[in-house]
Amino acid sequence: MALLEVENLQTHFRTPEGVNRAVEGVSFHVEEGETLAIVGESGCGKSVTSMSLMRLIPPSAGRIAGSIRFDGRDLLGLPEREMRSIRGNDISMIFQEPLTSLNPVLTIGYQIGETLRLHQGLSAAEARAKAIEMLTLVGISEPARRIACYPHELSGGMRQRVMIAIALACNPRLLIADEPTTALDVTIQAQILDLMRDLKQRVGAAIVLITHDLGVVAEMAERVMVMYAGRKVEEAPVAQLFKTPRHPYTRGLLGAIPRLGSSLTGRQERLAEIPGQVPSLKNRITGCVFAGRCSQADEICRTIAPGLETKAPGHFAACHQALREEAPS
Amino acid sequence: MSNPLLQVNDLVKHYPVGRTLSGRPKSVVHAVDGLSFHVDRGETLSLVGESGCGKSTVGRAILRLVDITMGQIVLDGRRIDDISQASLHPVRRRIQVVFQDPFSSLNPRMRVRDILAEPIRNFRLATGQDLERRLGELMDMVQLPRDSLGRLPHEFSGGQRQRIGIARALAAKPDLIICDEAVSALDVSVKAQVVNLLQDLQRDLGLALLFISHDLAIVEHMTQRIAVMYLGKIVEIGERRQIFGDPRHPYTVALMSALPTPDPETRRRRVTLVGDVPSPIDPPPGCRFHGRCPLAGETCRRIEPDLRQIAPGHWAACHLDDISAMTRDATV
Repeated sequence: MALLEVENLQTHFRTPEGVNRAVEGVSFHVEEGETLAIVGESGCGKSVTSMSLMRLIPPSAGRIAGSIRFDGRDLLGLPEREMRSIRGNDISMIFQEPLTSLNPVLTIGYQIGETLRLHQGLSAAEARAKAIEMLTLVGISEPARRIACYPHELSGGMRQRVMIAIALACNPRLLIADEPTTALDVTIQAQILDLMRDLKQRVGAAIVLITHDLGVVAEMAERVMVMYAGRKVEEAPVAQLFKTPRHPYTRGLLGAIPRLGSSLTGRQERLAEIPGQVPSLKNRITGCVFAGRCSQADEICRTIAPGLETKAPGHFAACHQALREEAPS
Repeated sequence: MSNPLLQVNDLVKHYPVGRTLSGRPKSVVHAVDGLSFHVDRGETLSLVGESGCGKSTVGRAILRLVDITMGQIVLDGRRIDDISQASLHPVRRRIQVVFQDPFSSLNPRMRVRDILAEPIRNFRLATGQDLERRLGELMDMVQLPRDSLGRLPHEFSGGQRQRIGIARALAAKPDLIICDEAVSALDVSVKAQVVNLLQDLQRDLGLALLFISHDLAIVEHMTQRIAVMYLGKIVEIGERRQIFGDPRHPYTVALMSALPTPDPETRRRRVTLVGDVPSPIDPPPGCRFHGRCPLAGETCRRIEPDLRQIAPGHWAACHLDDISAMTRDATV
């Protein structure tokens, strides 16, 4: 049994203009110790998916349906009290902007210790010792002095290290990282990615990595799921996805990014464009969600929504046009 | 036409921080510290570097949105850094800007028609029928439907708003457009659209672009020459092939190797820089990069390196002749 199994997840928001179907029937699973990347552009539902996993969407704003099974327990059916004992303990989360996710008026030592006192019942002194240990683990120098610092006294990269320290303090089995390096400079991003890879080896937590950056996906993930307009359109092991993308949207994304070193090969190609824009999620979409921007779309695509089909072992795509892998002759 | 379109000489911009009782600044941010470069007509030069390296300040200084501390900015052989507001007016027409955030750089209460007409009226470029024709032309150039001239910015997506920003810059018929992270906030597929549009416009209109960005891959794709900045200084400048094929500054190598490659099969060993960028309030002595440079030696800690010519048009500010110890680990 997988560590996390999500089936037919639907997260809808009520808005004055109608229901926004931010996530519409997404299923996936995460194995113990595995890194799954969820990739897509703004508004594709990747962040809403992660918030739904943690049940961070207030019932007054939106409705989560489907099933989310973590270690065999259905998270959507749990009372709030039990959910709280899971958040930050079994499943923890790192957000994009460390400055807004840390409390500005509390020391970072207190904030790391808070999770430990709450979930593991450590005393203040024990929590302090563990906080120092965690800061050392995430590569912050002079940890004994730093625990007395406030977030504003640290650089962006250090704050993200603190966020990681908080997230890993209770040895979670699943870490959800929502654009963890997007707000950082590239040299700092490289440090944080190295750190996450290294810690994953040591701690053994599974990671759900949410990102828009295909470079980060290629470097970090084992399996990738591509989302578009609230749906999962493709899923594959990372090497396979980059080598033989099956969904036209994935192919479009890969063609739209410039590669470093392209000027040296002498083949300066024009970037591939995906014409048009993401459809509004407030209207019901008939047919394939990508049909309006797809060069291969035909009558079937515009009338019947494609289901996810196995195109090769472990490789799924929701496209009428994508070919199946030819059977070895 | 021997003069370059734009020449920047020894540009310095210091920002005072805090005040003592006597009114003197407590300390000074050395945002830009002695920077020289030029942009030719119809050329694209990129300024690339991480947050706080001063790249945006350079753009703002050229636009005279900030007053410079020292140095010269020369447009077409004429200094523009010390001229009066009145004589600045025609200069402003020639240098336009596209900002990063397409949400905050357009007035939400102005219709597209008025946003685009403002520079045309301001510089008295057209009136009446001519103005109307020009507005249509601008919308065609940025591939937006003409009939959306009457709409407000909030009715457009991020990518479309950035097209409006570009059309506004084009409205004044400039010689130089400064693009300050103009595509950074856009999604991948939309970013490709806007990058292609900028390239087409640059070629068709013979525009010069000063492309300010932190994204090396986009920079390589877009530009002919590149200046790499670190802590208010240019550390390396050269033709695209020189910078990407034969980088001579360790920071350039580190920047390239830090960029995640969208290819899972070439997960390579990269040069990870330790530490953060030092504070521009108190830049380190010697080479500004020495604290993070894996190759730094004694000289680097004491003496600040000047830009040295490596090949025609290729300059790097590094004491070391051979930085292959870094490139061995980080081949692009």
